[in-house]
Amino acid sequence: MKRRDFLKGAVPATVLPFMLGGYSVKAFANNPYLDRLIQAGNDTDHVFVLIQLSGGNDGLNTVIPLDQYSAIMAARSNIAITESSVLKLTTATGLNPAMTGLQNLFNQQKLRVVQSVGYPTPNFSHFRSTDIWLTGADYYQTLPTGWMGRFLDHEYPGYPVGYPSTQMPDPLAIQIGSAVSTGLEGPTANMGLAFSNPGAFYNIINDKIPSAPATRAGFELSYVRSIGKQLETFAVPVKNAAAKGTSKSTMWPTAKVNGLADQLKIVAQLIAGGLKTRIYVVNLGGFDTHTGQRAAQDPLLTQLSVAISAFQDELKQYTLEDRVVGMTFSEFGRRIKSNSSGGTDHGAAAPLFVFGSQVIPGILGTNPVLPTNATVDDNLNMQFDFRSIYASIMTQWFGTDSTTNQNLLYADFPQVPIIRGSAGVTKAAAQAASLELYQNFPNPFNPTTQIKFHVTGGHTTLRVFDVDGRTLSTIVDRELQSGEYQVAFDATGLASGTYLYRLQTLNGSATKSMVVTK
Amino acid sequence: MTRSEFIGSNRLRSFSGTPTDRSAIEASQLPLNQGTPNPGVPNGGMGSAERKHRDRALASTTGLELYTGAWGVDQAAHLLRRTMFGARVEDITTVLKGTMSQAVDMLLTPAATPDPPLIYFNNGHSAQGTTWVSLPYDATVDDQYLASLTGWWINLMQTQNISIAEKMTLFWHNHFATGSATVKSSQYMYQQNALLRQNALGNFKALAKQITFNPATLRYLSGNQNTKVSPNENYGRELQELFTIGKGPEISTGNYTTYTEADVKAAAHVLTGWSDDAVNLKAVFNPANHDSGNKQFSSAYGNTVIKGGADQAGATREIDDLLTMIFNQRATALYISRKIYRWFIDYVIDANIEKNVIGPMADLMMQNNYDVKPVLAALFKSAHFYDVDHVGSMIKNPIDFTIGTLRLFDVAYANMIDLLRHYYAWIGVQRTTASMAMTLCLPPNVAGWAAYYQDPVYYELWVNSDTLQKRIKFVDDLAIDGYTLPENQVKTYIDVLAFAKLTSDPSKADTLIAEWCKFLFPIVIDPDQVTTLHDSLLNGLPNYEWGVEWNDYINNPTDATKQKTVEDKLRTLLKYMLEMAEYQLM
Repeated sequence: MKRRDFLKGAVPATVLPFMLGGYSVKAFANNPYLDRLIQAGNDTDHVFVLIQLSGGNDGLNTVIPLDQYSAIMAARSNIAITESSVLKLTTATGLNPAMTGLQNLFNQQKLRVVQSVGYPTPNFSHFRSTDIWLTGADYYQTLPTGWMGRFLDHEYPGYPVGYPSTQMPDPLAIQIGSAVSTGLEGPTANMGLAFSNPGAFYNIINDKIPSAPATRAGFELSYVRSIGKQLETFAVPVKNAAAKGTSKSTMWPTAKVNGLADQLKIVAQLIAGGLKTRIYVVNLGGFDTHTGQRAAQDPLLTQLSVAISAFQDELKQYTLEDRVVGMTFSEFGRRIKSNSSGGTDHGAAAPLFVFGSQVIPGILGTNPVLPTNATVDDNLNMQFDFRSIYASIMTQWFGTDSTTNQNLLYADFPQVPIIRGSAGVTKAAAQAASLELYQNFPNPFNPTTQIKFHVTGGHTTLRVFDVDGRTLSTIVDRELQSGEYQVAFDATGLASGTYLYRLQTLNGSATKSMVVTK
Repeated sequence: MTRSEFIGSNRLRSFSGTPTDRSAIEASQLPLNQGTPNPGVPNGGMGSAERKHRDRALASTTGLELYTGAWGVDQAAHLLRRTMFGARVEDITTVLKGTMSQAVDMLLTPAATPDPPLIYFNNGHSAQGTTWVSLPYDATVDDQYLASLTGWWINLMQTQNISIAEKMTLFWHNHFATGSATVKSSQYMYQQNALLRQNALGNFKALAKQITFNPATLRYLSGNQNTKVSPNENYGRELQELFTIGKGPEISTGNYTTYTEADVKAAAHVLTGWSDDAVNLKAVFNPANHDSGNKQFSSAYGNTVIKGGADQAGATREIDDLLTMIFNQRATALYISRKIYRWFIDYVIDANIEKNVIGPMADLMMQNNYDVKPVLAALFKSAHFYDVDHVGSMIKNPIDFTIGTLRLFDVAYANMIDLLRHYYAWIGVQRTTASMAMTLCLPPNVAGWAAYYQDPVYYELWVNSDTLQKRIKFVDDLAIDGYTLPENQVKTYIDVLAFAKLTSDPSKADTLIAEWCKFLFPIVIDPDQVTTLHDSLLNGLPNYEWGVEWNDYINNPTDATKQKTVEDKLRTLLKYMLEMAEYQLM
């Protein structure tokens, strides 16, 4: 039985109690969360749009930790963004001035900024790190399938046999662009719309046929292509949807100026045109900014910001906002310290954006803490594993339970609050809100100081690091009850300097710095 | 067996009338009289824009004169694709060491006679690993012997040296089409295959004579039922209509220009008395069944009279006379020349081509008493063969597609641990090819595969929504998903890294893609498609990042993760290229 059928049957009865993601659904019988769960599953109208920023987007020039500005200037003055021009989200955090659109979305409570997402032991190969992100693998692991592919396979077992079907007449996922994404690779087939010819997607949407030479070969080529078209079983519904969904927003840039906007415009067209496709993957390349980063990255961030804003506006015009959530990611962030070519080299953790009317607005996580004198080898530490974000999207947006997440992600990654109004999220958000890490006192200190924090319970660690990210001391590593705690830290044996302390629970983490003066 | 029985279950797409209506298949035959171009045929429902492309070929004025243009990778690959199965990069390099003319001469060197097919399974009464071709017919194992024969043939095609021999063997199989389902003896099918192979580059007339006595033919075309008392016209008809002189326009009832119904009857009488001996696996002559009277032919053959003979020598002499009479007609030389043209060059034969290519080929044929080698040499050295209009104009037949792919990538089958597994692999490929509508030893009927005669669509018959799907699955499997051989559940893959290393600099994305395009496609692809291929490899990254990743793999040859990272990218790229319509062409 499909989850959805079960839920549907459950609602009119006197509420069958059952567990979902560790929470009893019964308690939410008339809660929007139950409605969302009922919509979820096979015939949900929820759509997820993934924007891949290829090349490794520099996070520090995207979401700027204003409280680290002196360290930024020390590490990357040749590419740093003038402090006064930063678009403020909060007093301590702001956006690259290229992203006024995203600032507006933030102010409209439609943007979630997730700080420092990554994975342990970062890999600096574009392809390998992209594979890690798309497959959901550990750094030492190679997986043959993609996380979205596994999710869709779970939702539509047996695909592609028996599809298109009455229930799902449309492709499960569409990648706009060239090759179908590794992320959509399922156990039996790629879940993405597979056309028999690269570029065929654009060709179908735009009725464009690649040129054929005016020779006998060209004649036979056109013949084979015409047969190939017949194989593209999903071509007709896709084309019909594209034709129906005309653009209403005035915010779209002129065609071919902003490649991402062009792609998102097609996505909006397809959603508005009634396509039931669950996942769209779009791509913006060029973030591999080893040289002349400002001249390259800032315009790309403008494109990103403009494209998302126009997309969001289009959805609003069609009153489709509540059905769509989008997310950005890049295979890695970049180094803290810039190079002498005005660029940055391959790095580690970076922020990502989740957008839509249904996201919990605001910033998740804390500003990254930069070493005072960053060296070329310094990278940002991760606060959130990217698979925690996947687990959160799957449950909070698509309604999977935690067992399913564990099966699809091969481990139990704790969720973080991303989507509004879901049960898991409500609780998690409450927890996150009550996760507090206070400034140590005294500070600076020698040799002891006190650290106070508040948790709502569960496994908790509190660790001290040097600025290179090496763990020096673990102060707490155990189950704690909900409440406020105060622990002492003894810096005997440590040299003078800045140190970091980090509180980590299942619901999030917080990091602050402290100074030892001897 | 009559023609209508062959057609019954394999009815050709555009036949009108009942399956037994002979006029239907006849109407589809080629126009034969010299100087009459292919008439304005219905264009198969194609739009006028597309139709224009077809007419474009009519402008071609090149002929059999010696080609003097460039001799490079494009030309060498074209020559190899058309005369072999797939153009391996190594073979291109080899033939480019000499001139175009030397390359053609190399291709026209006959191949060595291969060892016969073997009993690959343990059948309980004959030793595994020995050959079955001389054993008496055995109904209980004949299917396995047939599988052994077709698998063996697949392997010979896949492992061919630089020689046209295999493609010519298949040409003759299509020409003197004979099907195992009717012959019902794998030994006979092997005998005929060995005959075609032995004469692949030999003399057409001599081969036609051997085919006439061949036990498989005797069974397939009812020669073994052709007696004085009850003559069977089947072979007498097909010999003229399909194997030698071909049928011209019907200028009066029963008169097909090149021969008449009376000639069919007369030829049938010449051929009476022969049958096959299934125990000794040979043709036998029974004088009591032979019509020893004189045979009168029509004015189409200059009212020739073939003098009757009474004994085996006399009856054999009658067949010689019959063939000499037929082969003395220029129409026979023209007919076989058109057949060769459509097998190797293109299906459109217009007035220019008839005059500049077919006519000169027929002249050479007659001057050389039907030795095919001089004709093939002239054709493959001709300006017409390298005419850019015909490069890439053929849709690959299923053998070209499967064997050509396996050869291009030097695919090594997985799990080849013993004889059984080897045969399983070859038989598996045979089945894959058969699923694309080309079964070795089982052409649809005596006319051969329709793609070589069915006007106006010809090669296009190979590709429809069913077979294209199977073709794409085959290459997808080899590139990414794993090609599973039946009875041998181990997956076989293309070695993409080795294929990348065949390029002059695999660390340069531009070079890699451009050279792969040259290896895979006979024509230059649309620039937008090149961009798309770049995207599928680099996904928006600058070109040099590919080099970084590739060199990282090269410098760390034992690092499995680094290898897999570049290998996966290459597999995706290759899959896309193999799925492109251009890959269906050669």
